[in-house]
Amino acid sequence: MGAATILTPLLVVLQTRAVLQHGLFKMQLGGWAAPLGIQLQADGISTAMLGISALVFTVVTLYAWIYFRGHESVSYFWTLWMFLWAALNALFLSADLFNLYVTLELLGISAVALVALPQKQAALSAAMRYLLVSLSGSLSYLMGVALLYAASGTLSLDLLSGALEASPATSAAFAMMAAGLIMKSALFPLHFWLPPAHANAPAPVSAVLSALVVKASFYVLLRLWLTVFHSLISPFSVELLGIMAAAAVLWGSVQALTADRLKMMVAYSTVAQIGYLFLIFPLSRLTQGSQAALQGGLYLVFSHACAKAAVFLTAGTVIHVFGHDRIARLDGIVRQMPVSMFAFGLAGTSLIGLPPSGGFIAKWLYLNAALTNGQWWWCVLILGGGLLSGAYIFRFFSISFANKEGYTPERPAPIVLEWTALGLALCAIALGFVAPAVKRLLGVGGLF
Amino acid sequence: MTVSLLYPLTGVALISMGFYALVVYPHLIRKLLAINVTGAGVFLFMVAAAGNAGAEAPDPVPHAMVLTGIVVAISATALALVLVHRIYQLTGSNRLTDESPDEKS
Repeated sequence: MGAATILTPLLVVLQTRAVLQHGLFKMQLGGWAAPLGIQLQADGISTAMLGISALVFTVVTLYAWIYFRGHESVSYFWTLWMFLWAALNALFLSADLFNLYVTLELLGISAVALVALPQKQAALSAAMRYLLVSLSGSLSYLMGVALLYAASGTLSLDLLSGALEASPATSAAFAMMAAGLIMKSALFPLHFWLPPAHANAPAPVSAVLSALVVKASFYVLLRLWLTVFHSLISPFSVELLGIMAAAAVLWGSVQALTADRLKMMVAYSTVAQIGYLFLIFPLSRLTQGSQAALQGGLYLVFSHACAKAAVFLTAGTVIHVFGHDRIARLDGIVRQMPVSMFAFGLAGTSLIGLPPSGGFIAKWLYLNAALTNGQWWWCVLILGGGLLSGAYIFRFFSISFANKEGYTPERPAPIVLEWTALGLALCAIALGFVAPAVKRLLGVGGLF
Repeated sequence: MTVSLLYPLTGVALISMGFYALVVYPHLIRKLLAINVTGAGVFLFMVAAAGNAGAEAPDPVPHAMVLTGIVVAISATALALVLVHRIYQLTGSNRLTDESPDEKS
């Protein structure tokens, strides 16, 4: 397990260098070419997603090692954890429709099992709900794959990327695949499974679920949107996604403001930030702003992954130290865990979108795209959503700085738990400084 | 209706019935059965899309996809059954309740 944790980031770093130097990288499994063979492909976006998942996973693995010391079910955890990481890596490298289905299922099953690990009633109910939604989404996606194969005779993303004629079969395939992936990405109003699942899972699991697993199905939808279904996009579908995204931002932020548990607040914050992600579709509809919109959306994926993981790790440390996470009874805790609250604050600036964080760069690119296209209403939504995020982040932050003696902790805050959260929060801030390099990586492969 | 149109339509009918049952019935085992019926509908549709009523050999790719799908569905059903059993052991109920008691992770 330790070897895998060290090797995988090294391999990802090597691959990033290779992709930057040589461009798009394809590999046929077993030497069989498409349309029958399964093809793996690494372009700039895939490599960047691999990189962010390696970064988040490595840091959270270190956190989980200390967090789970002494728990009985720890052997099950590590097996499922590595399984989840493997499924994510396979998903980002797939260039074949059915391979994407298999990796989506692997991801869903390992995520559900990890959510169910605490074996308390809330966790088991949340896991069951998550499993039912995940299976429905996968079956809808598979139906789309069946329709698309019947209409075109191939499963390879490369071969399908040519112009697909709009027939009832391909339009139905588009609708079903999009519906399935939206269910898995928890866009409003299909987000109902996410708050209980992410709030009741163990803290390292919640971190990785919010940071990476919901982004995986978003990544698949984005890739299909940009390559396979590009000629089938209608203004109606784009604006519908935009309306759902706006509702997600507003609803998630309002629910986060009124949550009384810290992890529930962070889970609803994920619902809101997923709304921001889906704004990539209406913002990239017109060609003038599309590159900025796509870069902004992907940048939001990366900075939200680091920031949300840091926030969930902080919440986990709070539970580890104090035994509960009711916000009303957490006043003054900055005295017991100053490093964690510093991490929470830094990650919060990225979630709100304040400079100089990665979240600011992402929102800046989004605002650029919206203003270039003349879609001023998205600007109102993005800035308003930032204000709401500020409200719920500061609500907890100010309570933790209250002028009280603070509560006596059950056990002292372990150094590793605090500093891993701070490390991820610093990554979210550091992403604000490396934007040109990231943009160069994203451009490899010519997807936009 | 030709014979070759019967199978895809049956598949679509199974999918609709399964999805309806998934949404409407609160009993967890019924939801699980509904997922399996939906899966069966999707697989039937895929096999029908393989196209074979004529003289040429059927296309093997959808058959391979269906086999993989069946394996995935069985594993997911096994996991779901374990979860349902545990929920029943812990709460004595076979439905998903919305409110959970105050939980610490």
